[in-house]
Amino acid sequence: MSSSIISPDSHNSIAAKPKLIPFIKQIKPALWLIPFGLFFYLFQLAPMVWVFINSFIYDDELSFENYSDVLNSPFMMQAFGNSLWLAVWSSLIGLAIATLLVSSLRRVDCKLRDGVIAFTNMSSNFSGVPLSFAFIIILGTNGAITLLLKQYGLLGDFDLYGKWGLLAIYIYFQIPLAVLLLYPAFDALDDDWQSAAALLGAKTSHYWVKVALPVLSPALFGTLIILIANAIGAYASVYALTSGNYNVITIRIASLVSGDLFLEPNLAAAISVILMMLLAFITVINQWLISKSYAGRK
Amino acid sequence: MQNVNTHLHKTVVYSIICLMLVPILATFIYSISSRWGATILPDGFTLDWYIKLLTDPRFLQAFGRSLFICIAALLLSVALVLPAIFVVFYYFPKLDKLMNMLILLPFAVPPVVSSVGLLQLYADSEISLVGTPWILIGTYFTIALPFMYRAIANSFEAINLHDLMDAAYLLGASTTKAFMLIILPNLKKGLMASLFLSFSFLLGEFVFANILVGTRYETLQIYLYNMRQTSGHFTSALVMTYFLFIFLLTWLASRFSRGIQ
Repeated sequence: MSSSIISPDSHNSIAAKPKLIPFIKQIKPALWLIPFGLFFYLFQLAPMVWVFINSFIYDDELSFENYSDVLNSPFMMQAFGNSLWLAVWSSLIGLAIATLLVSSLRRVDCKLRDGVIAFTNMSSNFSGVPLSFAFIIILGTNGAITLLLKQYGLLGDFDLYGKWGLLAIYIYFQIPLAVLLLYPAFDALDDDWQSAAALLGAKTSHYWVKVALPVLSPALFGTLIILIANAIGAYASVYALTSGNYNVITIRIASLVSGDLFLEPNLAAAISVILMMLLAFITVINQWLISKSYAGRK
Repeated sequence: MQNVNTHLHKTVVYSIICLMLVPILATFIYSISSRWGATILPDGFTLDWYIKLLTDPRFLQAFGRSLFICIAALLLSVALVLPAIFVVFYYFPKLDKLMNMLILLPFAVPPVVSSVGLLQLYADSEISLVGTPWILIGTYFTIALPFMYRAIANSFEAINLHDLMDAAYLLGASTTKAFMLIILPNLKKGLMASLFLSFSFLLGEFVFANILVGTRYETLQIYLYNMRQTSGHFTSALVMTYFLFIFLLTWLASRFSRGIQ
């Protein structure tokens, strides 16, 4: 399109002239987008493209060998299973606790509310390595609370370095994120609705099941997706807690590209693509659920 | 009835917050105690762990490196994002939709996945980037991008960009001058809030630092991880110092964002 406008001997050059000036005028501002685009390409797009293409390359040939290797390996499937188990349960429990907190938060005075929001803002950055260390200090094998609880025989066979310990850490870092994402969404609830429901004879539980939760469902599902993606992609906490000995998918990917031996970047690329497809699949299901919900039908 | 309910809600809020505070408080008590065995309270209190930490040259170096990387990454982000958003909003408003999709990518792609590609692309290239702080600065730009873009774009939506620019032109200013003297001061608060917020989570970034650089350029998080075998009291002093810094940054961020409203 541009070349036909600029070419001087084209018969409609006179008609195109008013268009020519804005076009040239737009070149200079467009130049300002180039550095941004370049850095974004180098550090975000190019690695993604590399991962996608190389996941199909096995021994310098185009094949699905990497994928079948991953899908046929019980070890990899266990990693996917562990990641999904941790992600789904920590997201559901974290979301439930956050919903409880936010719904109560709207009923207390605003000084306490501001304080709590400021605290969650801050603790949302308390994750990864420092958080794992805090958990080791209090709940590790020689942790202060572990020893205290063991004295009274209360802890049973809780092991911080196994799946229940990891679940506890995951829930801990999911709660602040869920609160920050849900808090604005609760503005959609009108206080009069609860009074109206009560006037019509509904109990509080009725109000929540029939009115509040359906209205909030898009926000709840949307938050759930972000929490699941956040948990599946988590790496630092597991790595710091178990030195990479607990089998989750991010640990597998990292050890295939930066471990001491057995470097197989193309296999890591295939796992990454499967992981991204899994996330995309969860998002699609989620969108479908939102469209089916009360708010989606409106 | 109303009163009972308020008490119930207060109890819920307080109990969840207390549960969230337990790891932080326990770490704090651990960091100032000389020895803490199987008792409710530690045997004695001391500030030795903090003195030991703050006089450790390796800690100070790691902290300095982290500050350098975060500040450099944020400066780069501002230099790249600010002109780009201005151009998008003023000249190509239709691109905003595309930009909003692009900035979701750093969110949607886990850092572990990006680092697979980054390692292969930049390990053997002519200027080897892997193992240097420069690759971290580039990747931290992508992590900060979604937050910076949203915050700055919100500020742009709040001001009357086209009217302000027209007024500046009418008074004889060039585009650059109008941008620097009229638009930039209007964005200051939103920009500062997003900068402090990005700073606080860039300081906690571990995945890229560990996989792409590791011990070759020891940042704060890597130092923290490498200290895991030392005394628990020492590491808790380290965690608390880090947390204090995060507290400071988020407090500054909230001060600036309160200024917006």
